[in-house]
Amino acid sequence: MNYSSYITLIPLLPLAGFIILGLFGKSLTRSAGILGTFLLLVSTVLAFYTAYNYFFVSGKINGIYPPVTALHYTWLSFSPGLSIDMGVLVDPASVMMLVVVTFISLMVHLFSLGYMKGEDRFATYYAFLGLFTFSMLGLVLSTNLLQIYIFWELVGVSSFLLIGFYYDRPAAVAAAKKAFIVTRFADLGFLIGILILAYYGGTLDFNMLIYRLTATNLSPLTQTPQIGFMGISLLTWALVLVFIGGAGKSAMFPLHIWLPDAMEGPTPVSALIHAATMVVAGVYLVARLYPVYLLDEAVLQIITWVGALSALLAAIIACTQTDIKRVLAYSTISQIGYMLFALGLSGYGDTATGYSASLFHLFTHAFFKSLLFLGAGAVIHFVHTNEIREMGGLRKLMPLTHITFLIACLAIAGIPPFAGFFSKEEILLAAWENNRFGYILGLVTSGLTAYYMFRLYFRIFWNRTPSYSNHHGEGSWTMKGPLLVLAAAAITVGFIPFPHFVAVNGQEEITVPLRFSIAPVAVAIAGITIAYVLYFKNNPLPRKWALAFRGMYKLVRHKFYFDELYLFITKKIVFNGIAKPAAWIDRHLVDGFMNGAGWATTRLSESIKALQSGSVQNYMLYVFGSIIALAAVFIYWT
Amino acid sequence: MSLSVLIILPLLTAIALLLCNGFRQVRVVALSGAVVQLIYVLWLLGAYWQQRPAGNAAAILFEEDLTWFASLNIHYHVGIDGIAIAMILLTALVTVAGILVSWPVEKLSKEFFFLLVLLSLGAYGFFISLDLFTLFFFLEVAVIPKFLLIGIWGSGRSSYSAMKLALLLMGGSALVFVGLAGIYFNTPTANGPTFDLLQIAQAGISTDVQELFFPFAFIGFGIFTALFPFHTWVPDGHSSAPTAASMFLAGISMKLGGYGCLRMALLMPAAAQSYSGIIIVLATIAIIYGAFATMMQTDLKYINAYSSVSHCGFVLLGIGMLTKTAMMGAVLQMVSHGLMTALFFAAIGMLYDRTHTRQVAQLGGLLKVMPFIATVFVIAGLCSLGLPGLSGFVAEVTVFMGAWQREDAWYRLATILACASIVVTAVYILRAMGKVIMGPLLVEGTGSLLQQGHVLSDARWNEKLAAVLLIIGIVAIGVAPFWLTELIN
Repeated sequence: MNYSSYITLIPLLPLAGFIILGLFGKSLTRSAGILGTFLLLVSTVLAFYTAYNYFFVSGKINGIYPPVTALHYTWLSFSPGLSIDMGVLVDPASVMMLVVVTFISLMVHLFSLGYMKGEDRFATYYAFLGLFTFSMLGLVLSTNLLQIYIFWELVGVSSFLLIGFYYDRPAAVAAAKKAFIVTRFADLGFLIGILILAYYGGTLDFNMLIYRLTATNLSPLTQTPQIGFMGISLLTWALVLVFIGGAGKSAMFPLHIWLPDAMEGPTPVSALIHAATMVVAGVYLVARLYPVYLLDEAVLQIITWVGALSALLAAIIACTQTDIKRVLAYSTISQIGYMLFALGLSGYGDTATGYSASLFHLFTHAFFKSLLFLGAGAVIHFVHTNEIREMGGLRKLMPLTHITFLIACLAIAGIPPFAGFFSKEEILLAAWENNRFGYILGLVTSGLTAYYMFRLYFRIFWNRTPSYSNHHGEGSWTMKGPLLVLAAAAITVGFIPFPHFVAVNGQEEITVPLRFSIAPVAVAIAGITIAYVLYFKNNPLPRKWALAFRGMYKLVRHKFYFDELYLFITKKIVFNGIAKPAAWIDRHLVDGFMNGAGWATTRLSESIKALQSGSVQNYMLYVFGSIIALAAVFIYWT
Repeated sequence: MSLSVLIILPLLTAIALLLCNGFRQVRVVALSGAVVQLIYVLWLLGAYWQQRPAGNAAAILFEEDLTWFASLNIHYHVGIDGIAIAMILLTALVTVAGILVSWPVEKLSKEFFFLLVLLSLGAYGFFISLDLFTLFFFLEVAVIPKFLLIGIWGSGRSSYSAMKLALLLMGGSALVFVGLAGIYFNTPTANGPTFDLLQIAQAGISTDVQELFFPFAFIGFGIFTALFPFHTWVPDGHSSAPTAASMFLAGISMKLGGYGCLRMALLMPAAAQSYSGIIIVLATIAIIYGAFATMMQTDLKYINAYSSVSHCGFVLLGIGMLTKTAMMGAVLQMVSHGLMTALFFAAIGMLYDRTHTRQVAQLGGLLKVMPFIATVFVIAGLCSLGLPGLSGFVAEVTVFMGAWQREDAWYRLATILACASIVVTAVYILRAMGKVIMGPLLVEGTGSLLQQGHVLSDARWNEKLAAVLLIIGIVAIGVAPFWLTELIN
């Protein structure tokens, strides 16, 4: 199948939207959104067409879907063998992401037509959305380590621009800066990892790199004795460093601090960037280099633990937050932790289940999490606050939002037959087979997830109804439509035989025995029940419980004081400890010497003051005179 | 094609300027001269491109050779390779942009534009010279106008800054001169001592001569491009200079030094090899220490000036690493930094003209009132922090890839530290951007004016044109770097 004819259009159309709206957006006003949405609709259709062609027309060869490089040209060449090539890689993972990114982005574009209506910078908003979608699509289609890094940075800056969209709000600006700088810090690891892999792998191309490293004795990284640094092999260093980049983007502990703050951006943006697409880039990156990661079990085990801890800690924090978007943000961290947890499980011997389960969860999560965010957006649009304590009883006022939100909650809690159930089952199965302790952590997280999601649900849609000043309806159909479509997806996508399409070794299916499902579902129902008891009706129980566990509650409510820790590091150590002395030394020590020289010159010039007439003509004369004199002296020197 | 046109055109412009009356005439003449020059440079680029496919593999094209002082064997010998033409293109772009930005200058406008044109003339002559004496001559032609530009049209402690700059750069020139004279007297060729770059390269300089004179020439040129610890003229010089002078200073003049360092390293490879460690240490200090020092600056011009110290460190790092890729990165960084920093200074100048302050603390939320200028500021900032799609990334990643080819652990450490600067850069750029461009609207300098209903205007046509020109350059390199790398190769 020849994809090159149209596949490049998929990322380029949103880019065209960015350029057109960026330059001429002001004069387009309302039609800016329609133009952006239309371009993305075309992209989405093409993406689905690609998926159809790839999975059903081309089909499997020797039991696997073969990777195809549909386009490839040298963008920047460093040395023989090393160059940044801009290309399009079509393989199961990238096609899956293509569908997810275009589809969610389309839903967000539609939703925003209603949600962002009347914004001053409506066209700019759509321009940024176009830039983001372009960058994200470029990221998933990358063929090359530095190509992915380029788009990695571009999604970062799009995220910065969109978080800071309400640029006159200091909190939004601070959040945007924080997001960019924290991920930049992680990207430093990614960059150094790339340098190591590229130098010793002799290539930046993914397929070539995987080939060189997995075949024996082609790269110094995999030869014995292994080259190392500080007693750890360079391969391990490289893979850990690359993973740090991924962990930063995916907001894993302890680099997660930017994501909850990123909720300052417009809510549809949170749905797109900070729930469904950009934040899973870390998972995608590890999946992309998966055969290389398989070479080093230690790194995979690190990934598992980072994932599991993030999943658990974020879920705990989510239970105490009262800002609807922050609960969802911690929930996203927790779910992405789940995905990385699954990917890393391969470090314990089993190679296939974890990979497929992880990407399956990425796939289903994209739908129900973006649905949750858009639902939250609709709620915020209605009640004009993020604070769940000021909400309640909305089921009657927003019936459609209520139903779709409930569906999403059931999906994320892992209740059959909703989408999250299937993907979570596979992850837990992989954990059960490889790492029993991890399985327990996963199960606990699963219960907590059900609890905090239904805490949110009951608090917003049931409980006591405050008097709302606002009496407009649920929103236009551009807002309701995407909710319905995503709800339909959250119900159905779980039935897709995912491992059939996306798997490492062409493994056909993962069968989860029926009795295995009992424990996870029971835990989820327990979580929901507790949430029901506490939050279905307005009662004093939650406050009592919080008081009973006062110390722990405070610790969790303050998010384990991570922000305070970072503030200490940046303010006290980096600013006062490094930057200030550097600036002081420069002005006083290094420059002190120069000033000494300057003082001497001033004294000298005092004595030849007569020369300073203040007239430029005279200065000119000196200038040319000196040049000529210099030349003359020089000529007759010998 | 005649390279001498590159010098004759600015010379004619300068003479024409002297004959003009009134600042309206002056600026039109200056701009026309610069635009014609830019067109000529683009034409030259086209001609150069046609030579390669036509099978012309000579290293230097469009050579011209005239005897200047026969007794000393000094020639007016010019010619260009890809690196030189990249620098010439940069000079032409920055010159046009600088003159556009200076459009409203009325104070001694004739002298002002005359000096700008003279500075560009020196730069053109410098980049095309193949004779070391001619090279030095043009270097001096480019130095002197800076002193006057800062001293006369500058702001703040301008005479102090001008003096500091002149002292350091003159000192640098003196070192360069010693280095070049050393080469001249110690290179035996068939025609006796020579300044001719090509002949010297062919004859080869003996290793001990190289090791003796390389430091002079390299440090001398290094001072021009903010070699640590001789960089202190940069912050004061830039911040006191008028906008166009800052643009010329950082965009063109600092590149003279980088270009000179590169030529010296290529001319004396043995010495470059033995001093490579020292160069890298100094460059790494400049990169990381410059970046941290930038973090504490409160004046926009100081921020950009210190950041220039850090960015020019990449040029020296690329040269010091001595791998082909790293040196290519150094050239890319020179071009990229030249365009970017000129754009940054232009944006800062535009903000200052309207708000009469450059203090970050006194500004805020300017995106609301001057969206165009704010966007320019953001683009310059993003380029500075190495965002892909803009030229800074291309240059930095090339330096990193080239530097990493040196396997020694200390070289690797230097590379990692240099890489780490991308985080620090992001911090200081975003801090400035977040305060000045974003956030609530605040203009302390003109606060009272605002209350009286005074409107802060956005960019005028000349400023827009200047910014667009530089942005085109930055994006052209950032989106499609291959044309430039092929040119340099």
